[in-house]
Amino acid sequence: MFNKILIANRGEIAVRVLRACHEMGIAAVVVYSDVDRAALHVRKADEAYPIGQATAAESYLNIPKILDVARRSGADAIHPGYGFLSENAKFAQACADAGVKFIGPSAAAMNAMGSKTRARQAMDRAGVPFVPGTSRGVESFEEAEQVAARVGYPVMLKAAAGGGGKGMRLVHAPEHLKSSLEAARSEAERAFADSEVYIEKAIVNPRHIEMQVLADEHGNAVYLGERECSLQRRHQKVLEEAPSPIVDPDMRRRMGEVAVRVAEAAAYTNAGTVEFLVDQEKNFYFLEMNTRLQVEHPVTELITGLDLVHLQIRIAAGEKLPFKQEDIKLRGHAIECRIYAEDPDNNYFPSPGRITLLLAPSGPGIRRDSGMYEGWNVPIDYDPLLAKLIGYGTDRDQAIARLTRALGEYFVGGIKTNIALFRRILRDEDFRAAKLDTGFLDRMLQRAEDKRIDSRAAEVAAVAAGLFAALGSTAQGLAAQEAPDSTTGGGSKQPSNGPGSNWKNASRREALR
Amino acid sequence: MLYDVTIDGKNHRLELTRAGGRWSCRLDGRDLEIDAVLARPDVLSLRIGDMAYEVKSERVGDDLHLWVGSTRFAAEVRDPRSLRGRSRSADDHGPRKITAPMPGKVVRLLVREGESVELGAGLAVVEAMKMQNEIKSPKKGTVQKVLVGEGATVNAGDVLAIVE
Repeated sequence: MFNKILIANRGEIAVRVLRACHEMGIAAVVVYSDVDRAALHVRKADEAYPIGQATAAESYLNIPKILDVARRSGADAIHPGYGFLSENAKFAQACADAGVKFIGPSAAAMNAMGSKTRARQAMDRAGVPFVPGTSRGVESFEEAEQVAARVGYPVMLKAAAGGGGKGMRLVHAPEHLKSSLEAARSEAERAFADSEVYIEKAIVNPRHIEMQVLADEHGNAVYLGERECSLQRRHQKVLEEAPSPIVDPDMRRRMGEVAVRVAEAAAYTNAGTVEFLVDQEKNFYFLEMNTRLQVEHPVTELITGLDLVHLQIRIAAGEKLPFKQEDIKLRGHAIECRIYAEDPDNNYFPSPGRITLLLAPSGPGIRRDSGMYEGWNVPIDYDPLLAKLIGYGTDRDQAIARLTRALGEYFVGGIKTNIALFRRILRDEDFRAAKLDTGFLDRMLQRAEDKRIDSRAAEVAAVAAGLFAALGSTAQGLAAQEAPDSTTGGGSKQPSNGPGSNWKNASRREALR
Repeated sequence: MLYDVTIDGKNHRLELTRAGGRWSCRLDGRDLEIDAVLARPDVLSLRIGDMAYEVKSERVGDDLHLWVGSTRFAAEVRDPRSLRGRSRSADDHGPRKITAPMPGKVVRLLVREGESVELGAGLAVVEAMKMQNEIKSPKKGTVQKVLVGEGATVNAGDVLAIVE
């Protein structure tokens, strides 16, 4: 087993991996950029190394700097988390060359999956079901026209090197094909320096369901059940659950076996995820394989009782899978909410800044994987994911009830978050009936939210506003360091209840009367 | 203590007095039986009659919000005997300060001082977390001042420009 693992990431996932290291008696080394000195992963680490400027290319994406820290710290292995270098085959290869174990698949397996068209050719040979379309980039507009006519409109144009919705275009009719193709190509060129674009039949209102796989380095592979990830906005997942409400044991077995075949076709090792599109008749089509730990892995952990990060580490250390497919039993239901620093009133635009107040939920069936803390300044430089709140129950209804309860306890002050969005999703009738597809969230957000004015609550707020002003919105003594000196009197634009000064002001006013 | 309190645009007159460790409270002429404990900074445990509430206070820049359970209210508190803290009313005729809605980096300025702008015209582009947000003019007028340069890092509430 490893003695020391370097975590080449930040935020909640760095903390998640760090916890696994400590549970396994392994020292955790972290790296951080200039703006992350006070980040939670640095606070919790055994060793921490600065690696440069906030810009990811100068820090979390900088392979030589990270390998240099591995060498200096004497780390045996590197866990890449998700995002950043996690799916970078060059990095996996550089780790191998430097004699540090990359906790993930080999560079060769990543290369086989990284290009969507190449993955497709390998999968075709393994008999994996695909959405009808081209298995490689289209050469010309004429070819695109022919393919689109053959598979039938609407069609989806996709960048071969793509991800996160970039370089994707939905085309409803032949007259829009040309401009969409050009747009997708130039976007792909800009985003990935690769303008290869392929065409698929667009599945209308699909579900997005993915299968977790684990493969050891001794030829054993298993699937750990599916996750329903249909709730997306701008092609980014927002809420995930396991198991999928529409997948029965037979469908699970068929999808799982395909997923294992996909992994085997690429000689895949470690944890990976095979994504499928599922149409309204429950036909499933291979979409892509994610060659890393997923953001949403906790829902699988909760229903399988397994720790995926422990298993990743054990597999990378050369251990055999400690179970067989028939040992995997799913139990209960889990739902994850991705808590983002974003402003629901400003089209979900990122909202970094200082967290002035953090009240975190707990209690039965609640798991919280978080990278934030009260007083921390959320930097402007990275992905807005702050934390994941996961609810678990014996069934879906109980998981929803617990999560709804926990969201009510969750409060993040000082910055905007999407917590209220989840309360709305969880009480939505279609969500409760599990009528989900990838268009669900956009449709829900287009409907005006029924905002009842609660006059009782407004009255409570009015009384509380006065009490906060009278008491000092921050408790006496505790606030001294924050308090601007507002004794300068009239002409200040500061309202009379400025933080910290109120206690003093209140007593002064009292004394005057 | 006497306060003029505005909650989501609605004005209330609130009278609070404390005697012998007890509060007495009069809201818009009605007496309320209350009891309050500041559980920790920004968190008030409040009883009105026998009903119990947890109220959170959130201040960002000059904006104050109060959360009753999961409901957010914009709040303003003024001492009616003081000239300070008058409501900053939105005035379409005077100069308007254009502020950054969130911390970020000014990646582009779209106007220069002296330029005329339409309502809704883009003034600057502020980037945070890899997302770009165009800051739009809240009125038709002339750009009187631009207070930031391209590349500048700004905090929420920082004034970017003034449109007259």
